[in-house]
Amino acid sequence: MSDAALPHAFQYESARHQARTAIAGMWLFLASEVLFFGVLFLSWIVCRHWNQAGFDAGARQTALAIGTLNTVILITSSAFYTAGVAFIEASNTRRLIQCCALAWVLGLAFLILKFGIEWHEDLARHLFPGPRFAITGELRTGAQLFFVFYFVATALHGLHLLAGLGLVGWIIRRAGRGEFSAQYSTPVAVVGLYWSFVDMVWIVLFPLIYLIGRGP
Amino acid sequence: MSAAAGAAALSGESYLTDGFSLRSWLLTTDHKRIAILYLASITVFFFIGAAGAALVRYNLIVPEGLIKSAETYNRLFTMHGVVMVWFFLVPAVPVTLGNFIVPLMLGARDLAFPKLNLVSWYLFMLGGAIVLYSLFTGGVDTGWTFYTPLTTQYSKGHVVATVIGIFIAGFSSIATGLNFIVSIHRLRAPGMTWFRMPVFLWSLYATSVILVLATPVLAMTLVLLAFERIFHIGVFDPTLGGDPLLFQHLFWFYSHPAVYIMILPGFGIVSEIVPAFSRKPLFGYTFVVWASIGIAVISFLVWGHHMFVAGTSLFSALVFSILSYMVAVPSAIKVFNWIGTLHKGFIRFDAPMLYALGFIGLFTMGGLTGLFVAALAADVHLTQTYFVVAHFHYVMVGGMVSAFFAGLHYWWPKITGRHYPEMWGRAGALIIFIGFHLTFFPQFILGYLGMPRRYHSYAPEFQVLNVLSSAGTTILAAGYLLPLGYLTWSLLRGERAAPNPWDATGLEWQTPSPPPTENFVATPVVTEEPYAYPRPKPQATS
Repeated sequence: MSDAALPHAFQYESARHQARTAIAGMWLFLASEVLFFGVLFLSWIVCRHWNQAGFDAGARQTALAIGTLNTVILITSSAFYTAGVAFIEASNTRRLIQCCALAWVLGLAFLILKFGIEWHEDLARHLFPGPRFAITGELRTGAQLFFVFYFVATALHGLHLLAGLGLVGWIIRRAGRGEFSAQYSTPVAVVGLYWSFVDMVWIVLFPLIYLIGRGP
Repeated sequence: MSAAAGAAALSGESYLTDGFSLRSWLLTTDHKRIAILYLASITVFFFIGAAGAALVRYNLIVPEGLIKSAETYNRLFTMHGVVMVWFFLVPAVPVTLGNFIVPLMLGARDLAFPKLNLVSWYLFMLGGAIVLYSLFTGGVDTGWTFYTPLTTQYSKGHVVATVIGIFIAGFSSIATGLNFIVSIHRLRAPGMTWFRMPVFLWSLYATSVILVLATPVLAMTLVLLAFERIFHIGVFDPTLGGDPLLFQHLFWFYSHPAVYIMILPGFGIVSEIVPAFSRKPLFGYTFVVWASIGIAVISFLVWGHHMFVAGTSLFSALVFSILSYMVAVPSAIKVFNWIGTLHKGFIRFDAPMLYALGFIGLFTMGGLTGLFVAALAADVHLTQTYFVVAHFHYVMVGGMVSAFFAGLHYWWPKITGRHYPEMWGRAGALIIFIGFHLTFFPQFILGYLGMPRRYHSYAPEFQVLNVLSSAGTTILAAGYLLPLGYLTWSLLRGERAAPNPWDATGLEWQTPSPPPTENFVATPVVTEEPYAYPRPKPQATS
């Protein structure tokens, strides 16, 4: 497909004009998302400030091993996806599909570890806030609040990751139909921005959940 | 494509005749049709919200309250607030006039992301449907501010459903704002530099920045609120380690900028209309532009003035008080510039101009009384009284709704291809202006005398002023029903409009009325400053 013949919507001058606009749109959306998660982080830190000992007690109940493994998995999946973007810029569709498939599988592995195993254990150990909450005594208040944040944050992050899996799957399907090339790979880049953003949210969540206050 | 579009334009084809099926409307990606979908939707929401207000005023005719139940009264004013804020005032101008006019003013064929634009309408309708469901099956009694722990622990009613509806509608706002920002950056016609953009575009740009950056703050706050409401353990409950002031901080971090989401587009509309009907360039264009941006920036820094009596520190209250004074500066610059534009202009009093002049007067009163409540000492006396109610209604209803009507009348010939009946339009503008003052001016006095807001009954000595206010409401209601009648009538019987009936500048007037689906036969090229109106010629006739 030659550059001049590339299709574009009628409000744009060229496919290039449209592609750069789409990328600008995704950046702006991510700016909005930063504020969305930013409020969560801010509230988390404010509440931790009022209830430090309780939050620490809560943090010690989290599964550090799974959390660490999940961090590695998510960063690796972003690395694969980014490699895929580089491959399609060299018109290598086969490698793009392979990279996206790996990123997709790793994303799924994160969700299984997080919700299939970690949440399952958390719930079995009565860590969900409520009358049957596991931690009692004076640390109960803060620890419960910690787990409010834990469940809200991981659920929202999980939903974002789920949407990301859908998007990466969509990229794989379109790549399989041979729609992308060095001349046209905008959707690949746009989804890549989103996928990396979901990764970055986790990079903030990881210390908030598992690391801060865990020490002796 | 352009040849086909040219032929279509010559044969009188327009976006209105490009398909007549329901499907061609409900699945359209044409920004003009989406604007019409939105216009119909927000009109419905406006009258639902207005009905709530009418019932509130009806209750307050007698001191003990005609509606005997405080509970019912609380639900009524909450319904009024929720519907008016999120389903009329915040979206009104951007999604209707903005959607229609922004691409035309830019010289573009559509917004950057037309499908996203359609999605935003469906999100809006979904959110609206959920909110209406919850309001009509019992509603909520918390006020539109949803303060915790009242909302999360004590209130009866459909808090979670209402919150979900607002959450969903928020994403519609974000989609619209994102679309405008990207379109203004990327789709300006050749020659349309940033400082050749009409102020309407600048003000919607500023509005969109707030929409994109403030709305997600509300969204997350509502998520945390809903969690707390459902599980009875959460972030804002002081008995369980949470912080209720945190809710107020987060809520007002959205909701104070949201005030400027509501009023900034109004500034834009008035900045279009005043030059067009004074036949003069906008006085101090650059100042008006930077004032818009300044307001958008400062609006993020003033939220604390809603919490002067909530137990914040004196230092933070002082800082927020000073910052709130600062936001008055760009607002005053704008008023000054509109008056400067009128000075020695050749002024025509068509209906859009009457509405715009009404806006300037009402907004000035609303803005100046804002300084009273921004002052720490005065606010301690005035907060939670009818003074505050009157203040923000002068800005929101007197200002914003007048500006919306001004814009609607100004661009009505462009949108529909028909003229509204001029005499009826002028009558509407006058009736709204008079009805508005009668409704809300007594509330300034009531508040100053100490009548608290949000009570279904009041002390007998306040009755005269309350009856005056309620009487004003009936005039106001007539004023709002009037445009509904004559604008609808004009759709069928109105005189056909020429492409540029006001002889105004701006690219939207360089295409037929109503415009063809592609907006422009040939992409326009901009070669001069905005508002390049000739110097006034006193001998010319209207």
